[in-house]
Amino acid sequence: MDRPALQGPGGPHPDVGRRSVLGRADFSRLLASIRTAGYRIVGPTVRDGAIVYGPIEAESDLPVGWTDRQEAGTYRLERRADGALFGYNVGPHSWKKYLFPSRERLFTAHRKGASFSIDAEPADDAPTAYLGVRACEVAAIRIQDRVFVGGAAVDPGYAARRRRVLLIAVQCAQAGGTCFCVSMGTGPGVTDGFDLALTERIEGDRHEFLVEVGSERGAQVLVGVPLRPADADDVAAMVATVDRTARSMGRTLDQNGIHDLLLGRLDDPEWEKVGERCLACTNCTMACPTCFCHSTEEVPNLDASQVERWRRWDSCFNLGFSELHTGSVRTTIPSRYRQWMTHKLASWFDQFGSSGCVGCGRCITWCPVGIDLTAEVRAIRSNAAAGRPPAAGGSG
Amino acid sequence: MSTLPEPPGGAAALPEPPLAPSPYSVVARTADTVDTATLVLRPLATDACPPFRPGQFNMVSLLGRGEAAISISGDPDRRGELVHTIRTAGLATQALAAAAPGATVAVRGPYGIGWPIERARGKDVIVIAGGLGLAPLRPLLYELLRHRDRFGRLEVIYGARTPGDLVYYAELQSWRTRTDARFQVTVDAAGREWYGDVGLVTLRIPDARFDGPNAVAYLCGPEIMMRFAAEALEARGVRREEIWVSLERNMKCGIGQCGHCQLGPYLLCRDGPVLGYREVGPLLRVRGL
Repeated sequence: MDRPALQGPGGPHPDVGRRSVLGRADFSRLLASIRTAGYRIVGPTVRDGAIVYGPIEAESDLPVGWTDRQEAGTYRLERRADGALFGYNVGPHSWKKYLFPSRERLFTAHRKGASFSIDAEPADDAPTAYLGVRACEVAAIRIQDRVFVGGAAVDPGYAARRRRVLLIAVQCAQAGGTCFCVSMGTGPGVTDGFDLALTERIEGDRHEFLVEVGSERGAQVLVGVPLRPADADDVAAMVATVDRTARSMGRTLDQNGIHDLLLGRLDDPEWEKVGERCLACTNCTMACPTCFCHSTEEVPNLDASQVERWRRWDSCFNLGFSELHTGSVRTTIPSRYRQWMTHKLASWFDQFGSSGCVGCGRCITWCPVGIDLTAEVRAIRSNAAAGRPPAAGGSG
Repeated sequence: MSTLPEPPGGAAALPEPPLAPSPYSVVARTADTVDTATLVLRPLATDACPPFRPGQFNMVSLLGRGEAAISISGDPDRRGELVHTIRTAGLATQALAAAAPGATVAVRGPYGIGWPIERARGKDVIVIAGGLGLAPLRPLLYELLRHRDRFGRLEVIYGARTPGDLVYYAELQSWRTRTDARFQVTVDAAGREWYGDVGLVTLRIPDARFDGPNAVAYLCGPEIMMRFAAEALEARGVRREEIWVSLERNMKCGIGQCGHCQLGPYLLCRDGPVLGYREVGPLLRVRGL
């Protein structure tokens, strides 16, 4: 479901594209207005030494004055010199924990004599505002949209939750050490797919937010919030912020010809090398905002008169993921790493029409041994350029 | 909540859950081999089963014991019954293969893309099956035999490890009496009581009766068997784009969303399970893909 801009009878809502400025002191008025419009708010908050997503009851729940420092296998929170509300990058959670929960009941079957009936799961479609969605995450949500509601089969739970989201994006004012959204063409600027987009501006005593309206429902929650119209200086500052972030990416990934490069190097010796380091712990797939693989299980009550079917996140790094009656197809860790990376960066194009990677860097940061997929792509590219032969016996 | 504008598409009702199964009742069970049984199912909630194309599969479950992807093995023209042949592999298939008449089975589907039967019109047809690979080919055989005049020669080669591993044994006996098709049955190993052929299916291909450049081949069995059979067919002049294979991978959803059934660029439940050998042949040569 690539969502087009919301259109009224006469074209886009007149407020779409409108830019205003919200003072820091009035930020809580924005939260109050969102809540008054009927949304619960979820967003970034500090928990267990990381910035994760959770309920936001007051602006003090936000990571005020915190930032994060990220490198391969490393994530640390640090205090900022200022009181920025959004002065950090993405943490271990992504919005998929709301749209595609890690465990979800699909239905309950009730036995009735020789037959049974199915109770569909009631849709959890409480209107929810996602506060602080970064550009890479907007892109990730749209990628999962294509998986769950963009094909012939529509996932009803995902669709119900997705249609009730008020998406409040934030343009990153700094890049993290493992970020490479510029390479993937997903950020750091948010161009569409949002209801409101915020850009935080802190200069001396000035602390305010440029607010851009992306949809009619975005415009609605701004009614009654004290704003002043943005002037040319405000817009120039926003553009400069995004430009500065784009120039300070911690990583790059050369996308040029990547589909044919990776699918043409299934026997590259690098798969064996990275497989020696990879623990198959599944962290990368859990932290990835687009990884959608899941498994299902049936849970009967004691007399099996009632059976629930649940789905839960699964990972291509698990041995059982590819199990057939003859055993698993991908018995080795190199074959599983190859499956993950070639899927993410290459065969995703064949399956869903885009890359499965948005350049958020989570898989690099949260890998316990610091495997960096941008470095893996470079290694394979360099092997290809050197015409390096495959490892003896191939990979897998 | 009333202040929320509706998203694009308005307040249209959400689609029916695609993952909800329908109840079926087991009306007959035949033990094919020591670990494989064929179930005949009747729908309990409807008069007829949903139409299917040969080569498609269902997700089948003895509720509470887990779900498995099982190809449909019955006659597509017999809409009142659904036939599945199930080999015991894990807990879900163990429960299904043991299901007795009267048991309730949950079924959803059909899913996937079946055999491109129309490509065989006016051409010789070779059907090669290994072991339980005959199960997804049987609906195709029913269609081919029903419309026998639309095709050229029909050559079927079926192999199994031992005589005890052959499925649809009685039906094989009757098919072998036909004069409008040749059914060759071979096993890898047999005792003295077997007086049929012994040897790999690939060894039957050089002498099979078909005109290679004017033939279409449908294959299902172990991947290694399909690879070597395809090579033998190509050696007989069968064009690579006329060789079709049905592949097997772990499946959880059947609708292209769970990610389990990937083979390179393909989601087998959505893009397969039947695919062209020209496309997947190179992928079958990569270990652990």
